[in-house]
Amino acid sequence: MATAEDPRTQTDTDRWRQDLYEAKPERQGEVFSTISGVENEPLYTEDNVEAGELGFPGVYPFTRGVYPSMYRGRLWTMRQFAGFGTAEETNERFRYLLEHGQTGLSTAFDMPTLMGYDSDNPRSLGEVGREGVAVDSLDDMLTLFEGIPLESVSTSMTINSPAAMLLAFYACVGERQGVPLAELRGTVQTDILKEYIAQKEWIFPPEPSMRLVVDMIEWCAREMPLMHPVSISGYHIREAGSTAAQELAFTLADGFAYVEACVERGLDVDEFAPRLSFFFNAHLDFFEEIAKYRAARRIWATQMRKRYGAKNPRSWLMRFHTQTAGVSLTAQQPEVNLIRTAIEALAAVLGGTQSLHTNSFDEALALPTEHAVRLALRTQQVIAHETGVVNTIDPLGGSYYLETLTSELERQAYDYFDRIEKLGGVVAAIKENFFQREIAEASFRYQREVEQRQRVVVGVNRYQVEEEQPLEILRIDPALERKQVERVQALRARRDSAAVESALARLKEDAARDDRNLMEPIMDASRAFVTMGEMCDALREVWGVWRETPVF
Amino acid sequence: MAGKIRIVVAKPGLDGHDRGAKIIARALRDAGMEVIYTGLHQTPEQIVETAIQEDADAVGISILSGAHMTLVPRIMELLRDNGAEDVLVVVGGTIPQDDADELRQQGVAAVFGPGAATREIVEFLQGAVPA
Repeated sequence: MATAEDPRTQTDTDRWRQDLYEAKPERQGEVFSTISGVENEPLYTEDNVEAGELGFPGVYPFTRGVYPSMYRGRLWTMRQFAGFGTAEETNERFRYLLEHGQTGLSTAFDMPTLMGYDSDNPRSLGEVGREGVAVDSLDDMLTLFEGIPLESVSTSMTINSPAAMLLAFYACVGERQGVPLAELRGTVQTDILKEYIAQKEWIFPPEPSMRLVVDMIEWCAREMPLMHPVSISGYHIREAGSTAAQELAFTLADGFAYVEACVERGLDVDEFAPRLSFFFNAHLDFFEEIAKYRAARRIWATQMRKRYGAKNPRSWLMRFHTQTAGVSLTAQQPEVNLIRTAIEALAAVLGGTQSLHTNSFDEALALPTEHAVRLALRTQQVIAHETGVVNTIDPLGGSYYLETLTSELERQAYDYFDRIEKLGGVVAAIKENFFQREIAEASFRYQREVEQRQRVVVGVNRYQVEEEQPLEILRIDPALERKQVERVQALRARRDSAAVESALARLKEDAARDDRNLMEPIMDASRAFVTMGEMCDALREVWGVWRETPVF
Repeated sequence: MAGKIRIVVAKPGLDGHDRGAKIIARALRDAGMEVIYTGLHQTPEQIVETAIQEDADAVGISILSGAHMTLVPRIMELLRDNGAEDVLVVVGGTIPQDDADELRQQGVAAVFGPGAATREIVEFLQGAVPA
């Protein structure tokens, strides 16, 4: 900000800056911008904020929070993401977490499942159960939730390209347990747009993928009204190296793209919008993160009401899950990650998150051990019960700095919306590599700043030590892969193959027409123990596959 | 240096974590190397084929899926089978210490963990690839 030279228009802040602040030199060699590169003033005052913008929690545009009572009514859901090995190992971890006070389940699937390959596919070799649990069919899903009554938990499933199949498996577990579909609660990620943008676990081209998303939204609105069929995710966009503003803008742009696709299908916006949910990253730049969540709520509410004409106030609410930034964790001096995660989690809470996953300190090295997972959960419990930050709503609201940053991130997001619209919308922008290029640019800039020591990463480019004893890490027994491969092959041998063939034929037939909702044939196929990979193969035949032209 | 170092930056496995691969690819290019980036989800066969077709001096494998002990030895084996054992192989990713030791024993020239500086990788390649 240029300081006013004319003494008649000078504010007290200008005088303070000229006479006092600038009299002393600033530290040299490091940057004062946010981790995303947003410039910071040395001081924010009432000059920076417009009066009357603050509003109230639970009141449009919800900058201060989606609910009137926020954490005084109910704390956020502590939801630790877990999954590894076969369904049996993960089922054990689920029960462990529930016994230790966790209130919701969150399932990590392995890479083959995310990519739509069964465990015995040659492409799955070496990857089965490594980064999540392998689920090939309803049979595995039944094992995964063995002894966990579905009416008493809400379950989040991080699955995108094959989301429809995994949702169907879950619904079928409900059927077997005798729980009505209408009582099943949880979230399926299903956000395929951010896969093309950042996470890169895709199968089909964008158009049929979008059709499948809309099929799920439509079907859930009718059959599973307590399920969130899509969790529109900025998390992975940030992990891929984006700035906070890019995370905010690209995620919301994806959200609007789903809204438009559903409206195009003929759904009324108020029929599905209340069940859309969001998922953000919690990175290290404390105030920038809190500003990001506040800006996100305000933009979503404003656009849903004004641009998409939503009349139900629940359609205006942006509810979101948060996960601390995996990308901020270091392999060097890994215990320091406990501190990073605690600060990130605090930002998520002060930003009004509805649920939270805290990363374990050993995750830059391997999947977390049980000990590390417990400490991560304890971090949330300390914030909730010992720090007092939950005792009042949006305690940082009205901070000159935070309010200015909230408006700045909002402005940057609207700039991006304009650019995306000029490119022809989100799908067109994906095909032009727009997002991929913006993210690669931001991530390279940050890396350069770290390597030039303009940004300090403790233990990495300053305060390094000779590493002590290597940490004890979780090892996935390679025998589990063999076991899972045998499991799926045994299933193929014992099921009714005629039923499988006819279910797959129907799926292909319906996929080739655009006037059918694919959830019904997918449910039928699931009941017949058709595997996820077989269903994906059937759709690959009809729709083809997606290939990216990589940019760097 | 006689010619530019030609390096294939490869992403084997099914994971989509390409932030590191892209940063490295760009840093190597900025350091004057010829960089061929394979893109995601490559099989060992595809990677070795690219390395041979491109007459690469080196292959940089970025892997974060936990499948390194399956995929990297397979790449080494295929390079040998195709008479391309002179291609220098470096690996980057979340590789536990004892796995890294074993990969080096199998002929991997270097393993870079999280937090490695791009400069360190550039310097290593400049020193290790015969001019």
